[in-house]
Amino acid sequence: MISISGLIGQAFAIALALVLAPLLLGWLGMCRAWLQSRSAPPLWQPYFMLRKLFNKDVVLAETASPLFRFAPFVVFGCMVLACAIIPTLSTDLPLAPAADALALVGVFGLARVFISLAAMDIGTSFGTLGGRREMLIGFLAEPALLMVIFTVAMIAQSTSVATIVETLAHRDFIIYPSLAFAGIAFTFVAFAENARVPVDNPATHLELTMIHEAMILEYSGRHLALIEWAACLKLYAYSCLGLALFLPWGIAERDNFMALVAAIPLLVLKLLVGGFLLALLETVNAKLRIFRAPEYLGTAFLLAVLGLLVRLLLEVKA
Amino acid sequence: MTFDIFVILLAIPLVSGALLTVFGERDWAPHLNIIASGGTFIAAVWLTISIITDGPRFAFGEQFFIDSLNVFFVALTAFVGLTTSIFSGPYMKNEAAHGRLTIPRLRLYKSMYQLFMFTMLVALTTNNMGILWVAMEAATLTTVLLVSLYRTPASLEAAWKYFILCGVGIAQALFGTILLYFAAERILGESGNALLWTHLVNVKAFLEPNIMALAFIFLFVGYGTKVGLAPLHNWLPDAHAEGPTPVSAVLSGLLLNVALYAILRCKVLADGAIEGAFAGNLMMGFGLFTLLLAAFFLSRQRDVKRMFAYSSIEHMGLITFAFGMGGAVANFAGLLHMTMHSLTKSAIFFAVGHATQKTGTQMMDDIRGLIHVNPLIGWGLMLGTLAILGMPPFGVFASEFMILTHAMKHHPWATPFLLLALGVAFAAIFGKVQPMVFGETEAKRLPHAPAITPVFLHLAIVLMLGLYIPPYLTRWFQEAARMLG
Amino acid sequence: MSATIPLTAQLINLCASVILLLTFAMLAQRRVMQLINLFALQGFMLFLSTLVVAVTTGQSHLYWSAGLTLLLKALLLPWILNRLMHRLQIKGEVEALINIPTTMLVGIGLVIIAFNVALPISQLSHTITRGTLGIALAVVMLAFLMMITRRKAISQVVGFLSMENGLFLAATSATYGMPMVVELGIALDVLVGALILGVFFFQIRDQFDSLDIHHMERLKDN
Repeated sequence: MISISGLIGQAFAIALALVLAPLLLGWLGMCRAWLQSRSAPPLWQPYFMLRKLFNKDVVLAETASPLFRFAPFVVFGCMVLACAIIPTLSTDLPLAPAADALALVGVFGLARVFISLAAMDIGTSFGTLGGRREMLIGFLAEPALLMVIFTVAMIAQSTSVATIVETLAHRDFIIYPSLAFAGIAFTFVAFAENARVPVDNPATHLELTMIHEAMILEYSGRHLALIEWAACLKLYAYSCLGLALFLPWGIAERDNFMALVAAIPLLVLKLLVGGFLLALLETVNAKLRIFRAPEYLGTAFLLAVLGLLVRLLLEVKA
Repeated sequence: MTFDIFVILLAIPLVSGALLTVFGERDWAPHLNIIASGGTFIAAVWLTISIITDGPRFAFGEQFFIDSLNVFFVALTAFVGLTTSIFSGPYMKNEAAHGRLTIPRLRLYKSMYQLFMFTMLVALTTNNMGILWVAMEAATLTTVLLVSLYRTPASLEAAWKYFILCGVGIAQALFGTILLYFAAERILGESGNALLWTHLVNVKAFLEPNIMALAFIFLFVGYGTKVGLAPLHNWLPDAHAEGPTPVSAVLSGLLLNVALYAILRCKVLADGAIEGAFAGNLMMGFGLFTLLLAAFFLSRQRDVKRMFAYSSIEHMGLITFAFGMGGAVANFAGLLHMTMHSLTKSAIFFAVGHATQKTGTQMMDDIRGLIHVNPLIGWGLMLGTLAILGMPPFGVFASEFMILTHAMKHHPWATPFLLLALGVAFAAIFGKVQPMVFGETEAKRLPHAPAITPVFLHLAIVLMLGLYIPPYLTRWFQEAARMLG
Repeated sequence: MSATIPLTAQLINLCASVILLLTFAMLAQRRVMQLINLFALQGFMLFLSTLVVAVTTGQSHLYWSAGLTLLLKALLLPWILNRLMHRLQIKGEVEALINIPTTMLVGIGLVIIAFNVALPISQLSHTITRGTLGIALAVVMLAFLMMITRRKAISQVVGFLSMENGLFLAATSATYGMPMVVELGIALDVLVGALILGVFFFQIRDQFDSLDIHHMERLKDN
């Protein structure tokens, strides 16, 4: 049964995601600037960018098919859905039964397919190159992400993200060594999936290295705005998924309004700290050559498998 | 504190090793080396007599345990240790005179030699499976520096291989020891007694068979590396060929025995815990494989010390096979063969050492006509070779014959393999040694007269044991064989 | 359910898992310097797990082992290796014989084997840290793999020493400590072994002008 508070919580969670996601990117940019001893752009910088882009006209290539125009909306929709089913504030989410953790990976995959197709749609060499690289990264990252989810799902005995969070956050505190492996693997994957430094560099347009930027070169105006916003949402979704799986404390249970209120500042705090750590890791790491990316993601996959094995050996009683 | 011959047995090599380290290479150092080894031997004989008359005993609480099985190895070790030290006196002087060794190296050699004897005696007499491991590892460490004594690229390579391979092997053995403790702790409790062999033997039937099977595999592979069982035998030919000859003699004659002894102790425990002949089958399989592999490698050797190293591997395989068959007869034959092999192989290495020193090479193609250069060395090598190949009047024949007949009776499938390996080995070794002994040459005399006594002393004992085994020795072997089950 | 596992056992499991993780990191590591640092970290985790066992069981000799581990494995041996690195001027990357992803895949295979071997044993065990034995076995096998696949003498030695670490983990965490005599003996052997290796490094470099052991493949059966 869908409760009123559930509906309100769900709507609020989506709204919060839409608002917080660009801020998270802004915070990341600020931290990076500080760590690199540059003067930081304002926190609102992503908002300025989005506003600017929404105000501009769309320029379409002559060869663009309807898919090209359609794709940004699909990608954006996927990311909103992902943010909706990941518990950020409360586990009482009416939309949560729509997709479990495995389907969540599918939602991300759907977005990836569309953006890659759109990138190839125009027929420029950069778009094709970016699309191919994106698929390479994706096909290596997805198994690792699935392994991470399997490990966590084995602990909670459920693949529903909401149930996992409930199990982890509201049971007796137990140290799960497997979660340590899974957490590291997840961090690896998150970097790769969000086009961050060891795999991609969000701040470059060098044709030799870029992946994500190469795909969206042909977009402009509101289409580009949607894609950029979707990228923010993806980062937010991954951050929240990581927090939900590995640091679930403070996420409210069903019918607990006070906890819901308390969860907001806690979430912001977690995102602030997490964002800073993300920026720190990005700063201390050098970008890998694209041919090293399979090795990087292979490591992530191995770590996730190790997590699963450790789970089987150490934590399951015969 | 009462006078204890066992304490003296351990103290002599330790103290003399320390003295040799502190005072360095003096005029009296070679004599001290011999005197110390002689003292150890006398103490070992004394201990043997007391064990034979008074039965098994403990020392240092229950940490050391001497029974008829290990006292036999102690006596053998002390004896070969003594003869090797006599042999190494002139041998090392010749090496120094040839400029292959410097004074500090001689000092290193002597102190390490005594410490090596000490670690082997500890390994043989300890009752604690943990200390057994520690002593085996210490024996590796002391001999590593002995193998690389010449500091040539080849000897360094050999020593490195020896260290790494035996290090890995010995690590497996430690894991096995831990598993053993793991199994024993469930029954004996978390006390220091859980690794004492005498306590383990009492409860061996109650040890968890699964853990014991795994523990035995690890112990067997680990100590087996040191025995030179294939496929982890690679270090052995290199270490024997590149180290000084006295070291080759003690490695082949003693260290391999000590490692095998460790396996035997473990096998007794494993047999008690595991139903069926799991440990025995494992040993038979590896023993036979090692025997065959070594036999076929023998014919490909060109370096004389390498060839006899492979011969050691071959014999270790045969002995492992014998103990694997189990039962009073096979164990008796195994023990006898161990004794014969120790004595014969060290005698061969003594003779080979003098021969290579005389000709200045270890390549068999370049060694010719030993019988003309020095008839004693020539005959020593020839007789030793005949003995190790199992020719009738010598003791090796007796033990090999017993192993073969026992195998024919109880494991007929293995007989053709045994015969094949022994035949191949015979053809390979005899074909190569024959021209070395009889042939044309013009080699010069050595600056220091070689010590020939140890060669013939060993061969004489082997010959005697082939013709006649004294009754008290038979009783002793039988008692030890019975202990092995 | 796993909720019945007491906190200390969880901590030991955590330490063991981190040691496994570090071993994998060592397997993937290309730089010698980082390898030594990881080895020191592994020693430190070993110290922590031994300390936890000591506190849990109250066996006084385990405090000694813990202290010995900290001193020897986390401080002294890495320090010696570092000094050797500088004295011998070893630079650059560890050359692996097999490429690293393949090594890692083989490593995963070894872990699966180790866990499978250890599973029946850990089900029998009554100590609360049963699973640690499997991890220790995995660490031993991974270290073994590292020794096989690395070319430089120094990384082989690090492999050897981390194998000892794995064994020590098995001894302390899985069985709550071997008798004191044995532990002391093992520690002494490791120390002497490391010293001998140090001597060896100088000899090898003097002879070959390099610590790359592919120079040492002359001895063969021909």
